Amino acid sequence: MFQIVDARLLAASVKQFKVAAPEIARKRRPGQFVVLRISEEGERIPLTIADADPEGGTLTLIFQEVGKSTAQLGRLKAGDSISDLIGPLGVPTHLEKFGTVVCVGGGIGIAPVYPIAKGMREAGNTVISIIGARTKDLLILEEEMTRVSNVLKVSTDDGSYGYHGFVSDILQDFIDAGTTINLAVAIGPVPMMRVVCNVTRNKNIKTVVSLNPIMVDATGMCGACRVSVGGKTRFVCVDGPEFDGHQVNFAELVKRQRAYLNQEKQAHESYMHPGGACLGGKS
Amino acid sequence: MTETPEKKKKTQIPRTKMPEQEPKVRAKNFDEVPFGYNPELAKIEASRCLQCKKPACIQGCPVSIDIPAFIEMILQEDFIGAARKLKEMNSLPAVCGRVCPQEDQCEKVCILGKKGEPVGIGRLERFAADFDRAHGEFIMPPMAAPTGEKVAVVGSGPAGLTLAGDLIKKGHQVTIFEALHKAGGVLVYGIPEFRLPKAIVQSEVDYLQKIGVELKTNMVIGKIYTVDELMANGYHAVFLGTGAGLPTFMNIPGENLNGVYSANEYLTRSNLMKAYLFPQYDTPIAKGKKVAVLGGGNVAMDSARTALRLGADDVYIVYRRSKKELPARIEEVHHAEEEGIQFHFLTLPVEILGNEDGWVCGMKCLRMELGEPDESGRRRPIPVPGSEFTLEVDMVVVAIGTGANPLIPSTTADLHTNKWGYIVADPETGATSKKGVYAGGDIVTGSATVILAMGAGRKAAEAIHKYLMG
Repeated sequence: MFQIVDARLLAASVKQFKVAAPEIARKRRPGQFVVLRISEEGERIPLTIADADPEGGTLTLIFQEVGKSTAQLGRLKAGDSISDLIGPLGVPTHLEKFGTVVCVGGGIGIAPVYPIAKGMREAGNTVISIIGARTKDLLILEEEMTRVSNVLKVSTDDGSYGYHGFVSDILQDFIDAGTTINLAVAIGPVPMMRVVCNVTRNKNIKTVVSLNPIMVDATGMCGACRVSVGGKTRFVCVDGPEFDGHQVNFAELVKRQRAYLNQEKQAHESYMHPGGACLGGKS
Repeated sequence: MTETPEKKKKTQIPRTKMPEQEPKVRAKNFDEVPFGYNPELAKIEASRCLQCKKPACIQGCPVSIDIPAFIEMILQEDFIGAARKLKEMNSLPAVCGRVCPQEDQCEKVCILGKKGEPVGIGRLERFAADFDRAHGEFIMPPMAAPTGEKVAVVGSGPAGLTLAGDLIKKGHQVTIFEALHKAGGVLVYGIPEFRLPKAIVQSEVDYLQKIGVELKTNMVIGKIYTVDELMANGYHAVFLGTGAGLPTFMNIPGENLNGVYSANEYLTRSNLMKAYLFPQYDTPIAKGKKVAVLGGGNVAMDSARTALRLGADDVYIVYRRSKKELPARIEEVHHAEEEGIQFHFLTLPVEILGNEDGWVCGMKCLRMELGEPDESGRRRPIPVPGSEFTLEVDMVVVAIGTGANPLIPSTTADLHTNKWGYIVADPETGATSKKGVYAGGDIVTGSATVILAMGAGRKAAEAIHKYLMG
């Protein structure tokens, strides 16, 4: 069992947990993730490690309540425990001094961008961060991102805070202004990553994306998370989660992410409205 | 050898069938297919054994169980004694009684099989083990004095469980590191409930913990600790029994469509995650109506029969060779046929077709014919020109084998692998190229059987014991 030592609301339906997991906290590096299972009946869900405290033995996990499992997770409080936590998984971010690195985070994607921006800064890069959300209330980690970035720009889709528009617009502005960019890192919803990759492709700026497909075991055993990169099938859990964004088949990824949409809805609704519509299950 | 009247009489008793669920009934549930013998049936079957002076069956068993002895104990109604006799050589008799390919091992060489049908050794093994589990009391086995030596076992499948049981009894401290949240390896993620109830595996794991084996789940070795770190952290020897867990795909167009599963994913969802109980359990699984399972091994049969139980109308086994070459156990093929699985032999899938939502809607195939034998000794399938046709399916499970997961070799210096990525280990001792590190089971041999993995675990346990005490 893994105890939640701190739980707080970062934005509407976005929560941050600090979980006691000393062994993972010592070992984890930026870019890696964990898989967790809330209880015996739970599914295995991957979550990026947003931060870790090796001395205190805790991991910081940030998640948005979008389906049954995350809603259930969101109801847990400090002092509660989750059944299983597996990690650190995935290949850590390749950190070195590239020069200027632009870190782009959209929505909940700011959570995985944060440790990478921090790592890039510590590696001696100039870090320009661009973070965005649909609206001001959904923006997370602005303070943390400010701390680890040389320059921070914020956008909201509805203009309620910062630049009125998309993170990719701000990136385009930097490029148009002649800013030298040695590497871009983009993490967020697939449409956002796709647009950012289109922007950087024109200027041949190497762009790293971090993908979050459906996973089961997350140790390379099942292939649920397979994605086409440069025409080759790769497993995000062991070959990723980071890939060259210019090579990723995003259209396929989007379709694969939607594979269980109906079941996810069914599970979510019956969880949020127990005793409601009969779902025909034997339980 | 002259036949005594008594022996002649014995050979005339027909092999005792195990009662089992009707095919139509069981194809709709996940309960175990056979019910197993009751004591009466077990005694009848045990009475068929000729108690040969030189029993060929013992040699046919990869772990050399004293088969005539345990059968005689069943005949004497000492069922728990029979189970103990089995456990002397085989720590997982309830498992092996169910999933061992007895027809290729002990039963193949049974003298009764020369003229008629061999003794149902597997069925008797299963009976004794089940009886013991239901009625026997936990008895602490004889334990050697503590040696102070620590052994790390990576992987809790058949090889690791066997080795852990052997080494703890020899007085060593044993810790099993399992990557998944549940111990048992392929016994829990791969083999379906209807063939091997998970409660049986759990009771074997519980037993090991009761006798002192430490179990650490959720530990992906190669990630949380490398093998070198385990040794630096005080483990004097490491056994790698990680299995052959990497799924193989066909490398044909359309394989990344929704509704295409590796058998590993499909079975893991159903077995380990209990997706067949969705939404009571959270993990979903696609419920295809027309399902093609590619491959002809036991895993293909398991996948096909799982699809049927999840509500498919038509399930096809698509295999590029003929029925004669099917690598699956005869019993599994028989069960699959009884349940209504349809076989497309001499058929090679060349493309999976999808609809606009990215879901499978068909599969293009070629007819094959058999040519000259290939390096495996089986006749090589050759495509028939112009034979292309489309099979209408909405789900595909790829069950054409598995490979070695590179996670441990790639993070362990001095650990040699062969060209397929399997760990090179001495077949007699499990010793690898790295001092103090042993390996056994599928990660050395490639996909094989539960009993062979257990045999490898046993041999490596002996070797590790010698290494630690030497």
